[in-house]
Amino acid sequence: MAIGDSETKAIEVENLVTHYGDRKILDDISMDVNQGEIMVIMGGSGSGKSTFLRYLLGLQKPTSGSIKLLGSDITRMTSNQLHQMKKNIGVSFQGGALFGSMTVAENIQLPLHEHSRLDRNTMEIMSQMKLEVVNLAGFGDLMPSQLSGGMIKRAALARAIILDPKLLFFDEPSAGLDPVVSAELDELILQLKDAMKMTIVVVTHELESAFKIADRITVLDRGKILMTGTVEEVRNSQNERIYNLLHRQPRRDKVDVDEYLTRLTGKKITHLNNTVHGQDN
Amino acid sequence: MKQRIEQLGKTTVNAIEELGYALVILYESIYWLVLGKRNRQSVSITLIFSQAMQIGVSAVLIVAVLCFSVGMMLAMQGLETLKPYGAQAQVVTGIALSVSREFAALITGIIVAGRSGSALAARIGTMKESQEIDALQVIGIDPVRYLVAPALVAMLIAMPLLTVIGNITGMLGAAVFTLYEMSMPLEVYMSRSFDVIAVDDLMQGIIKSMVFAVLIVIVSVINGFQVKGGAEGVGLATTRSVVMSISAIVIADMIFTFFLTQL
Repeated sequence: MAIGDSETKAIEVENLVTHYGDRKILDDISMDVNQGEIMVIMGGSGSGKSTFLRYLLGLQKPTSGSIKLLGSDITRMTSNQLHQMKKNIGVSFQGGALFGSMTVAENIQLPLHEHSRLDRNTMEIMSQMKLEVVNLAGFGDLMPSQLSGGMIKRAALARAIILDPKLLFFDEPSAGLDPVVSAELDELILQLKDAMKMTIVVVTHELESAFKIADRITVLDRGKILMTGTVEEVRNSQNERIYNLLHRQPRRDKVDVDEYLTRLTGKKITHLNNTVHGQDN
Repeated sequence: MKQRIEQLGKTTVNAIEELGYALVILYESIYWLVLGKRNRQSVSITLIFSQAMQIGVSAVLIVAVLCFSVGMMLAMQGLETLKPYGAQAQVVTGIALSVSREFAALITGIIVAGRSGSALAARIGTMKESQEIDALQVIGIDPVRYLVAPALVAMLIAMPLLTVIGNITGMLGAAVFTLYEMSMPLEVYMSRSFDVIAVDDLMQGIIKSMVFAVLIVIVSVINGFQVKGGAEGVGLATTRSVVMSISAIVIADMIFTFFLTQL
């Protein structure tokens, strides 16, 4: 399949299973993202959403399953193919992940150095243009440590879109930002989708921003997908755990008495008639 | 008892795993240095030179001062020990050989491990914690190619040069003390030293310094890449990398000397 073919899904994940040591983290995840849509991956802390992103980016090899970006399976690529694929991917990390030893402009130009043979002036101009896009014009000569939280996120976004990628990944865009700045960032994401026709995947736990920007939402919980649907569908979901997530309800899991006691004492406890005799051991 | 054996087993497995990891990193850096260009992903010359400057030039003074002191200390001990035999003049030979074969490389190694090895571990650890390593990877820049290979070459350039400086200042230190103690003129001392030293002796020190260079880089880098747990983790990794690389240097030096003197 040709890259960018309009028939192709932008992202297609099938039966993804991953482990951390012996612990299963992601359990049989299947989902797809259409071209040009904003998919929000939502879930609480520890739901596996950040891990999922790492696999989508090809930073880790899954136990089984396939991850197709723009029609090609990144889990079965040679390192050279993967290197080529990275031209089509832009990522804005949670903390920005700007290189502390370089200025903002140098940070933004780094992907150009890596993937193109343009001359310095062209790169200068291109990075200026992207800085304009994210409203950071004139800040190119500063070091990342001189920027505020919101500015770092925007600079990271500028670096992510410098190669005009087809796929843009965004990890927790609003984490650590005040509501105004975070709303501005949402606005920016929507603009990018419209102006550059990018497919955008946003990982977040912020409901408000998720509902504002999403075309569709995937809800992850404890390594599994609870549902994928439009904003309306997710809002109206009858699923208890989605409801809890949406309405800030604490979890009320049923306690398995056996398991609980085993955890506490570190011993296997046998008991009769469903009554617990903790003193037995 | 059972627990202890289990612990011993775990430690052994971890150590072997870490050794394997070190070899992989070394292999990958050589791979990028040799074949990077063919894949249009060459190791940056600019990075190599800027790091060589950082490792080398800024360590010159401290290497010179410490080697000068060690040379002087050797002269004191040597003259003191040889006095009963009336063989003080032989001190020149002893110092010339021990400095060129041994001390210059060893002192340089320890200084560079403390200065640049720790900095490398801390830098990589911090980058890992702030997801900069991930960012490099998604941009398509192999972290080993970008962070390890340049440091390795820079270290291989800087260490031998620093060792040569250490040789000269070490002998100068001894010469100054000998001048004071036995009023042997500096130029006589130095020219006698250079008469004694064969190319082999100098090479021994320089080859050692290059082995130390590789050890420092690889040890620091694997500690940096394994950082977990925020700022505290970076601190631990830095300490561990300095202790490990100095130990590795001293032990490698001993093994080296054994073979070079036996064969």
